[in-house]
Parts: sequence; C-alpha cells; structure tokens
Amino acid sequence: MECQECHERKATLHFKHIINGQETKISLCEVCAKKKGYLSYPEEGYSLNDLLSGLFQKDGLNLSSAGTTKSNQSQELKCPSCGRTFSEFKKAGKFGCANCYASFGSKVEPILRRVHAGNTKHTGRIPKRAGKYIQQKQLISSHKEELKQLIEEEEFEKAAVLRDKIRELEKENHQNKEAGDNT
Amino acid sequence: MTLESFINEAISPWMLEDGPDKDIVMSSRVRLARNFADQLYPTSGNQEALEEVLQFIKKNYTQQEDTEQNSISFIPMNNLNMIEKLVLVEKHLISPHLIKHSDHAAVLLSENEQTSIMVNEEDHLRIQVYYPGLQLKKALEEAYYLDDWLEEKADYAFDETKGYLTSCPTNIGTGMRASIMMHLPALVLTKQINRLIPAINQLGLVVRGIYGEGSEARGNIFQISNQITLGKSEEDIIEDLESIVNQLVEHERMARVYIYEQSEISLEDRVFRSYGTLKNSRIIDSKEAAICISNLRLGIDLGIIENISENILNELMVLTQPGFLQHYANKALRSDERDIRRASIIRERLNLKK
Repeated sequence: MECQECHERKATLHFKHIINGQETKISLCEVCAKKKGYLSYPEEGYSLNDLLSGLFQKDGLNLSSAGTTKSNQSQELKCPSCGRTFSEFKKAGKFGCANCYASFGSKVEPILRRVHAGNTKHTGRIPKRAGKYIQQKQLISSHKEELKQLIEEEEFEKAAVLRDKIRELEKENHQNKEAGDNT
Repeated sequence: MTLESFINEAISPWMLEDGPDKDIVMSSRVRLARNFADQLYPTSGNQEALEEVLQFIKKNYTQQEDTEQNSISFIPMNNLNMIEKLVLVEKHLISPHLIKHSDHAAVLLSENEQTSIMVNEEDHLRIQVYYPGLQLKKALEEAYYLDDWLEEKADYAFDETKGYLTSCPTNIGTGMRASIMMHLPALVLTKQINRLIPAINQLGLVVRGIYGEGSEARGNIFQISNQITLGKSEEDIIEDLESIVNQLVEHERMARVYIYEQSEISLEDRVFRSYGTLKNSRIIDSKEAAICISNLRLGIDLGIIENISENILNELMVLTQPGFLQHYANKALRSDERDIRRASIIRERLNLKK
C-alpha cells in the first residue's frame, strides 16, 4: 500500500480517527506522518540520551555473548554509596554519585573511550582550592622532565638548582597532602 | 504592561551590548557541570540529598557579585509559576529539565542575566555564562571566577585522571560545553550549509538548529558546540571551536556578498516580502515568523532596510516564543490564539521605530 500523502513511499503507519462517531482512516509513510504531526517524539533528550544508552546496551550484549557467568556478574555490580546497579546505569545513561566511576571500574572505560574519541585522561582544569596538591604534583613531574632534559644536555649547574627546587616542592607537597587528607 | 517594558524583560541586558562579529554571531556561552564530592547526584533521585544541596547553596551563596559587580540572586524554582519558568527557559537561562524537577531546584541569576547557575539540574551545579558576539575566552574566564567561588566552601567531585565527575559520561573531564549561536541565512540560501555541517561534525563539534525541532534550524539560527570533554583542555577546546566559527563567519560573509551580487533585486524582493508579512499579518505561526525575521535581519545587515534596530532578530525570536506570548497576554493561550498574538506583537514592535 502506498502512502496516501506523497503517493511515493510505502505506507507503514495506519491511523484511525473517530470524530463525533465518524470514522476516518489514513495510511502514511513515516516521513509524511511526521510532517502531518501524527508522530511526536519526546521533547527532551530523545537523541543523545537514547543514543547513549543504546551504546551502553551494546556493551552489555557483548558481555553476555562472551559467557553467561560474566553477564550475571555485571548484573550484580552495584555502587555501594548510591545503590545504583550497572544495568541501571546502562539504562539511564547516568551515574548516581561520584563513587559510581570507581564502583563500575573498568566497565566505564570503554564507554568513555567511545564517547570521547578514544580519550580517557583529563588534561584540563583542576579545582583551585582542593586541587593544590594535584597542581603541585603536576608541576613537580613537569620539572622532572625538564631535569632529565638538562642532564642530557649536560647543563649540570642548572640541573642542580632544579633538583633542589623539586626536593623542596616535594617536601612541601607531602605536607599539603597530609593536610588535605585530614580535612 | 507596555510593549517597551515587556521587551526589556524579554531581552537580557547583556544581549544589547556590542561584541565581535555580532552581525553573525549572536552569542557565546560556556557551561560548566560540577558536583559536590559527598552528596548523591540529582540523578540518584534521593530527595534528602537534593534538599541538603539546595539549603547549602541558599545559606552560603546568596551574597555575591560577578566580576562586573552585578549582584547574583537565589531563586527557588518553586517560587515561580509555570509561565515564569517557561520564560526563563526561552531566554535560555534555565533548562526544561530544571522545570521538570522543580521541587528541589533553584537558579542563581545575575542582575544582567549574563550568568546563571542552575542548582540540582542533572548535576548539582551548572554554571552558565553568556557573552554577546564571539567572546568565548571571556565567557570562560567569568565561568572560572564563579567556579572558584563555588568551590571555596565545598569539595567538588574530582578525580585526578577523570577530571570533574559528572552524572552523564558525556560531560566527564572538563564538564565544559562551549557553544556559539550563529545566524547563517546566506549559507542556508546558497545551500553551502549542507556541505559544511558534516565536515564540522567530523571535527568533534556538533551543529544543530535551535528554536526548531530536531536538526531543523528555525530562522537560520545554528548552535555549534564541542562534543568531547575528556582529553583536551578547556582552552584548547575553545580555541578549536573559535577557529571553526571564524571560518563560518567568513564563509557567511562571502555568501552574503555573492547572493547580493548575483541578484540584488531578488534578494531585495525576499527581504521586503518578509518585512511586509511581518508588518501586516494578522495570524502567523512560529515557523513562518522565524523565516521572515531572519530575512528581515539579513536585510538590515546588508543595508537594504534602514531604521530598524539590528537587535530585532534577538528580540523577536524570544518575544514570539509561546512562554513570552502567554506572559504578555497574562494568561494561558491555545496555539491558534498564540498565532494571533504573535502577529500583533510583531506589528507593534515594528511600529516602535528603533
């Protein structure tokens, strides 16, 4: 049966109207049905959320085809702090708390890789107040790179200065970390 | 309410300020998603946690100014009626999601409406900063300022390797979504946009129409934003986005010159027909209005039409949305009633000579 609107495509949707007891029927293709307003989509998040949870579901399928025992385990995986299970996460596409990442562990990694073009490591901003320890740690590791470079270039005097600076930073940061752990 | 005072309400003060490439780039926006470390996310549905976050923000963050001394006020969603909420959505100051979860939600809103911080949206905090024209770096700086302010009194959910932990995996890392709103009538008219969109998508950026449904760009207004939030720094993401936007601006300018030179008379015809429709129609739906408003703005940009403010596009796109029409009418309206109201508000606005 062809679409009654465009007369080109095949009609795949059939609608029945009853207005004041009078019945009318119309058969349309999906494109025309959308145009005529017969089909409506949820206003929010159809695209991204549904696509995403679709992606996550795929992971679930892969697991179950690898072996039933594994899929059972994945169902039991549950975040202890918010109670969200991994299958709930897959369905909603959302975590329930900050601990979900750690709770779902390696299962989250492939999802992140897929969503973020293969990236799994944050290289951006660090919280200004609480992140001092991390900021310092990154500074130290970049200094260490520099130090290696200086030694290779046999700039030993400069290297010695930098080495002392690193030691000082490391000492300071150790205290920072302890202070941070106590708060 | 007079139309003047109503327009003032519809147009956020920052929109009237000047910005680079403002004839094509309507606005720049930076949004940061943040969560507190020791509270369950709004997505957990835990009412107690939501209420605690709300009270914490109310108690600690009501007295503040942004870097330009605009005061920021705390507005609980439950203090607003449905139409007032819709108006905030149409001004892009809050999301539809926040309305649906009003019970424990609030917004911290700056006086000139340039910054809004949604509380208990999908994440505990959604910091949003707008700037007119192409000014993403400035928007990012302002967002950082508010970010630091919010982080002063509570620890964020942050992981050294995963970055800011968000409720949705698509935001993890920087938690940043930078977006640009652009008016691209000439690229649509010359059909170049169909070639450009897939190319831009391949660069990890997303192009979509706004004010329309799905991918349809109503009124030739497009939003371009970053897709990836992990593995790239905020500054790099913004730089990439800006360089693409600059290219689009250039293409749009060239296309405008091209269509003007190809057939001045048919372009004038298009512009004046739209002007005529807007000035005279008694019933107009939002789709037709959007097309005509876009043509009118193009006519203003090209000097075909004079004596009308170039802010007309920004103004009318907001004014003719359902929430605003109902706000102005001060009652709920059916869609056929809205089409009549829409036509009359446009006519009134065009008679305002400015």
